[in-house]
Amino acid sequence: MLSSVNRASASSAPVAIRPNGRWSPPPSVRRVLGRGRTRRLAPYLLILPSAVAIGLLLAWPAIQLGVYSFQDYGLPQVTGAAPTSWVGFGNYRLVLADPEFWSALRISVLFAVVVVPLTLITGTLVGLLLNRLGRKMAAFVSTAALLAWAMPAVSASVIFVWLFDPDGGLADYLLQKLPAWLGGGAHWSGFSWTNAPLPAYTVITLVVLWQAFPFIAVSVLAGLKTIPAELHEAARVDGAGPWRVFWKVTYPLLKPIFLVLLLLSVIWDFGIFTQAYIVTGELGNRDEFNLGILAYDKAFTMPPAYGVASALGVVLTVVLLLITAGYVRANIRQGAVT
Amino acid sequence: MSRSRTKRAHAITRNGVALVVALVTLFPIFWMISTAFKPATEIYSLTPHPLPAHPTWSNFANVINGSVIGMPYWTFLRNSLVVTLSSVVVSSTMALLAAVAVARFRFRFRTTYLILLLIVQMLPQQALVIALFLDFRAANLLDSLVGLTLLYIAFSLPVTIWMLRNFVAAVPRELEEAAAIDGAGPFRVFFRVLLPLVAPGLVTTSVFAFIFAWNEFVFALTFLGTDTAKFTLPIYVTYFFSKGSVDWGAIMAASVLFTLPVMIFFLIVQRRLRAGLLAGAVKG
Repeated sequence: MLSSVNRASASSAPVAIRPNGRWSPPPSVRRVLGRGRTRRLAPYLLILPSAVAIGLLLAWPAIQLGVYSFQDYGLPQVTGAAPTSWVGFGNYRLVLADPEFWSALRISVLFAVVVVPLTLITGTLVGLLLNRLGRKMAAFVSTAALLAWAMPAVSASVIFVWLFDPDGGLADYLLQKLPAWLGGGAHWSGFSWTNAPLPAYTVITLVVLWQAFPFIAVSVLAGLKTIPAELHEAARVDGAGPWRVFWKVTYPLLKPIFLVLLLLSVIWDFGIFTQAYIVTGELGNRDEFNLGILAYDKAFTMPPAYGVASALGVVLTVVLLLITAGYVRANIRQGAVT
Repeated sequence: MSRSRTKRAHAITRNGVALVVALVTLFPIFWMISTAFKPATEIYSLTPHPLPAHPTWSNFANVINGSVIGMPYWTFLRNSLVVTLSSVVVSSTMALLAAVAVARFRFRFRTTYLILLLIVQMLPQQALVIALFLDFRAANLLDSLVGLTLLYIAFSLPVTIWMLRNFVAAVPRELEEAAAIDGAGPFRVFFRVLLPLVAPGLVTTSVFAFIFAWNEFVFALTFLGTDTAKFTLPIYVTYFFSKGSVDWGAIMAASVLFTLPVMIFFLIVQRRLRAGLLAGAVKG
């Protein structure tokens, strides 16, 4: 495959060096790089297919969502029985007056507040551990972690629902066997984890933690590999303990990576859907809805209220975009966009 | 002497902790596989055992011949494969073209395009699905694997373009110029020089696109709602849930059959993946 390349570089093509030392491409090269209109149009033609796909299926629906959120849009409008009408901020007023919205918002915020630090800390600790392991052990642990990461969210959720099932689930059995001073006992027998928000979100937290810490661990590990070992050595020789070494050496150097990981985690956990949808019983328990599930329910449970659902979707999107703005800035600051 | 001994003790502790972390992480996967092989009496036994005492294939048999859902596993495997593979091929091709554009050319909307990709990547699927549902309904694309494939193509593009762009940028320009000096035209340079060198990157990004499409739930749930014969595997696995009586043996067997292909695939390519993980920042 590479033979043509080697042949090409070995051949002594006439390369003109200008007096100022700049290399001027021979006509054949100019032909490849293109000239005039072809050269100018080439990049636009190359991004055209992806831009059309993204424009039609990502950007346009986002705009539509905004439009629908100001319209009265339900079943009569879909079937054509009634025309869509503009209702101004009516849908948003409905949303704000709905106690379900505030309950869902609270759940979304609390979940992110608990899960983000939990996954970041666990992931970072595992990343630090991986960095100090022998090669075989490190490969074993990171393979195990990446298997959890690659696990489909559906399978992961289904497994955890089974682990926490009141009839035959392992969790209740083990909690029952736990000594009383650790909170164990017979009252765990047949305990339902999905009937109330707190236990349900405990299970969701475990699913998300299990699937999210590997990504953070591997990212932190990748960052650690870029830090020269001498820096840590020097700090340790100077008598710094692991805690000090982390905060004085590792953390400042990996700050950009931590910032990106923090923002991504907030975005993912605030917008969590699949795991919450499955564990809370597929739209079965309204008091366990988070923002995403509430919006979905408004749109896809009969009778559909697309206008109100869109307003909820817009609220969710705006929150996520505000966080994304931070993410984009972090990327630009890292020089990733240039 | 004592210093090397404490060093050794530290190393042993570290390895012990690492072993525990790995085993805890693997446990849910183990439990899924173990349950899938247990007969019903052991699944609902009052004292669960880690391994099945009398391993059985009956859960798998039920899932594969479709006695629960009325259609064999192969139907859903085929649906998933069709949607996943076609979306991976198309989106990788589109992403490669766009990556060449942003990595090799300077043009007016280059930075804008890159930033736009970062932003649209964060749009929540469960919000967009509302507008997409109405569009697809109007376009007669509901209950259609083609419609689902189109969505998977579009939604994997932002990440794959960002990842591939780094791989294209890493190919030295001189190689392309050298080939050009030798008289190769633009297409020859692309296929004979750039493509072979970007191939490893293309594998990495394809794996991400594959995992995304294979695992995707929200769109499949919404767009394949009524037509059981069109279900992809994630919807098929949760289908058992919605049926009143929960047969955990069947669900775990279905889950194994859904998860195993992606796990095996993943183990084969995992070393490549680790490098690209942060670059792509794929949803977990």
